[in-house]
Amino acid sequence: MSNDRLVLPPVNSQKTNLACHFCIVGCGYHVYKWPENKEGGKSPAQNALKLDFRKQLPAFSVIATKAQQTVVADKDGSRHNVLVVPDKECVVNEGGGSWRGLHMASYMYSADKQPNARLTHPRMHTGDQWLETDWRQALALYAGVTKKILDNKGPREIAFDTFDHGGAGGGFENTWGTGKLMFTALQTPLVRIHNRPSYNSECHATRDMGIMELNNSYEDAEVADCIMSIGNNPYEAQTNYFLYHWMPNLNGGSMDKKKKWFGNENISEGRIIYVDPRKTTSISISESVAPDRVLHLDIQPGTDTALFNGLFTYVVAQGWIDRNFIAKRTKGFDEAASANKMSLEECSKITGVSVAKLTQAAEWAYKPKADGKMKRTMHAYEKGIIWGNDNYLIQSSLLNLVIATHNVGGRRGTGCVRMGGHQEGYARPPHPTGEKLYNDQEIIAGKGMIYTAWAANPFQSTCNTEQFREVVLRRSQIVKEAMQKNRGATTEQMVDVIYDAIANKGGLFVVAINLYPTMLEQAAHLLLPAAHPGEINLTSMNGERRLRLSQKFMDAPGSAKADSLIAADIANTLKAMYKAEGNAKMADRFKGFEWKSEEDAFNDGFRMQGAKDVGGVIHSQGGDTGNLATYALLASAGNNGVQLPIKEVKHGKLIGTDMLYTDKFGTDDGLAHFQASPWQGLLPAVQGQKNKYRFWINSGRVNEAWQTMYHEQEASNGYAAETKERWPMAPLEISPQDAQELGIASGDIVEVFNDYGSTYSMAYIVPTMKRNQVFMQFGHFNGVMGDVTTEAVDRNIIPYYKGAWASLRKVSSGEYKNTVSFKSRLYTV
Amino acid sequence: MSETVSRRDFFKISGSAVAGVGLAVSGVASGAAEAAVNTSANLPYPHKPIAHLKGMKVNVPVSFLYPDQASPCVAIRTGKPVPGGVGPDNDIVAYSVQCTHQGCPVSYDSAEKSFKCPCHFSMFDAEKQGQVICGQAPTKLPQIVLEYDAKSDSVSAVSVIGLIYGRQANIL
Repeated sequence: MSNDRLVLPPVNSQKTNLACHFCIVGCGYHVYKWPENKEGGKSPAQNALKLDFRKQLPAFSVIATKAQQTVVADKDGSRHNVLVVPDKECVVNEGGGSWRGLHMASYMYSADKQPNARLTHPRMHTGDQWLETDWRQALALYAGVTKKILDNKGPREIAFDTFDHGGAGGGFENTWGTGKLMFTALQTPLVRIHNRPSYNSECHATRDMGIMELNNSYEDAEVADCIMSIGNNPYEAQTNYFLYHWMPNLNGGSMDKKKKWFGNENISEGRIIYVDPRKTTSISISESVAPDRVLHLDIQPGTDTALFNGLFTYVVAQGWIDRNFIAKRTKGFDEAASANKMSLEECSKITGVSVAKLTQAAEWAYKPKADGKMKRTMHAYEKGIIWGNDNYLIQSSLLNLVIATHNVGGRRGTGCVRMGGHQEGYARPPHPTGEKLYNDQEIIAGKGMIYTAWAANPFQSTCNTEQFREVVLRRSQIVKEAMQKNRGATTEQMVDVIYDAIANKGGLFVVAINLYPTMLEQAAHLLLPAAHPGEINLTSMNGERRLRLSQKFMDAPGSAKADSLIAADIANTLKAMYKAEGNAKMADRFKGFEWKSEEDAFNDGFRMQGAKDVGGVIHSQGGDTGNLATYALLASAGNNGVQLPIKEVKHGKLIGTDMLYTDKFGTDDGLAHFQASPWQGLLPAVQGQKNKYRFWINSGRVNEAWQTMYHEQEASNGYAAETKERWPMAPLEISPQDAQELGIASGDIVEVFNDYGSTYSMAYIVPTMKRNQVFMQFGHFNGVMGDVTTEAVDRNIIPYYKGAWASLRKVSSGEYKNTVSFKSRLYTV
Repeated sequence: MSETVSRRDFFKISGSAVAGVGLAVSGVASGAAEAAVNTSANLPYPHKPIAHLKGMKVNVPVSFLYPDQASPCVAIRTGKPVPGGVGPDNDIVAYSVQCTHQGCPVSYDSAEKSFKCPCHFSMFDAEKQGQVICGQAPTKLPQIVLEYDAKSDSVSAVSVIGLIYGRQANIL
């Protein structure tokens, strides 16, 4: 298609709802689909957008770029134009779109088979080459190996690495389908979550204290007196939440709403305090909008616990806490205040932030207003804490401060929330044993016989990646060699060959279920093709618990299918195998997967928590009222959906909940629990690295790239390849002084190395970077930052991804300086 | 009123003896998939003189309208050769100044040689064919294809790469 023209949707185009595949915000989009040989006219009566394209449209009319258009083919061979447009009526994004979401059409599998690396049918490794096969054979092999392990060794040898979230590669249907397979049917405890080496919550402490991590609404960010943003870069990671809900507060645009909500209470334009070692794009944008209302606490890496303990101690001493609330709705205050005691001077010494700045932050966030009312301060955190120095301790310290100042528990404009990565979408049976297994270490130690990476790519995203990858590749090769020596084997014979290699020779049978082969292809023996939203129906909830149904608008390519239905295929194959040998007891474990559609999986999981007629417990973010949500009601609720938990259905409309904990917290006694969490320094393994190496390797996202860049990795042309053109390799932000000292220029290839591993990056000189601190994009397929992280974890096996120290070395001056922009990404006026 | 040049005239102009054609006219891709009626031919872009080289100061933006009066653009003489640059030094480039995201007017930052959007903070590199430096804009800033005629010392706009904000097609 020409790059200077759009094909307009005719008025009778099919129109469906789609929440963005990617970040947790889940912006609402409409998908228009119509026959390829049809085209809407330029007059407003002639196109489905109802816009007058006979003349130049004014700003803010619509976002309709070439990146949002493609041509797709359905299974019947019919070809259709598709245009994916942000929904102006959606309260989340109000018509806005991010680079990522606005590329969704480009990432859908086109009629011309782009992106061409997409898995369309199962693939089997035959020892030295890949063979495309059908589901019957692929399932016979997968279930055959699994059954043999289950029968001979038990479920503990069956390892999974899988999503637990919403959006693409997740969703309530698929977490349920996979969860029921792993936990109810197979009953394996050896399961890890896609971005961490264990099966655990990233917000363990806050939940222990009675506070689930998504407890307010995006509107609360609009009306807060102050937002404390911790280890979190929302412009790049939760873009439209930042632009449409934080910015109106900072620039005064929400003053009318504040007046309306809070009456005579003193109000003013909002302030933002950023806690981040690095000056981020979010900070520079905020400073350009309201320099006097932005404060940056540029703490030393890993010192968050000291920061919050210092602030907690200070506000208690000042009396800027809600004694009445503490007495009525909390417990453990005195113990925590005493255990966490830290003077501002000591806090300043550890964090590197001046006492004056600490005091100013405390005044902005916690000092009561002139009318005596408590400030409304929203606390928002993400990977800086979650993947920080002892996740459990940091969260405890933060929540102590939040609870004492009554900034959680029902007041609008408050809340203590994670900002989130993906959308959410959790509905699973409980983990079968509740063990805290460090799965990566189990695999490294030679345990596990089959490893299924399900919409997960630990080769690019786990901690201590290099060792993990090396072990998996070595163990995989044992199986490949065994397969190679048995040419001509039937599937049944091959099951025996594989089993011998994994049971007796230390091999590992590796399966990847995904949209693309990914880097896992190097290790895998079997690849199963999955589908993503738009090709399937899928429900997810965003960071304010807003549940939406993303509707199917096209067929998945080839025989690719929903993860829930792949799980059902696996379970049903195993059931048939057990039935065939007369083992009714085992066959019974694999029952309840008679699903014909994603909706069947939704009805079986999300809608069944609390139902009396199902055995067993379901952990679902929909709670006991999930059964009220039906696909039909969600379809009519559109991109605004409903905020969980659902209260009722009124006149055919789902009524939800905007704020949690208005009367009691999520503990047995309904009280918020303070927790002692004294500062303990860096985790020992990380302190060791810091002592040995010069550079702190900070890591995180860049705006334009999603996660491991799986859509772009093999994209060679079109708009899908644009992100790779911008970020062909993981950028490494470095100060001009350090760069000069090491002879590094922007665009150079730089090796990042320590005794855990080595990786490569593309230098990007950034004048605001501190000496001896660099920032590297996380998860990139070309430059895996995890290679230099340690195996250090907190008590719940949450890794300290941000705790890497390493050396740098210039390798070469590549071509990147000719094709990639290295200008400042920090917006200034 | 917009200037209009017939498709035939356009090719005549393109084919004439002009020096320094900066970019091949892009637009038509693979044939098989081209069933939609409006994608099969080049748009009738006008050939429009926008400046004389001797009047262009290095790093001082020159505003013009192209391909019609409703489409503001800016030309920059960057002072060093850049991809897509025309002129004796291959340093003259031009872009639409409506942000590809929501159509806000981008402004030229002469220190960075970039374009910045005040609405959602997208930034585009004037020296890298409008590449997004950071931001929400999902596509590059549309680049105005220029020609430089040494004899007359004139810089002309001849077509556009990429879709200008708020249009079904760059030619209304």
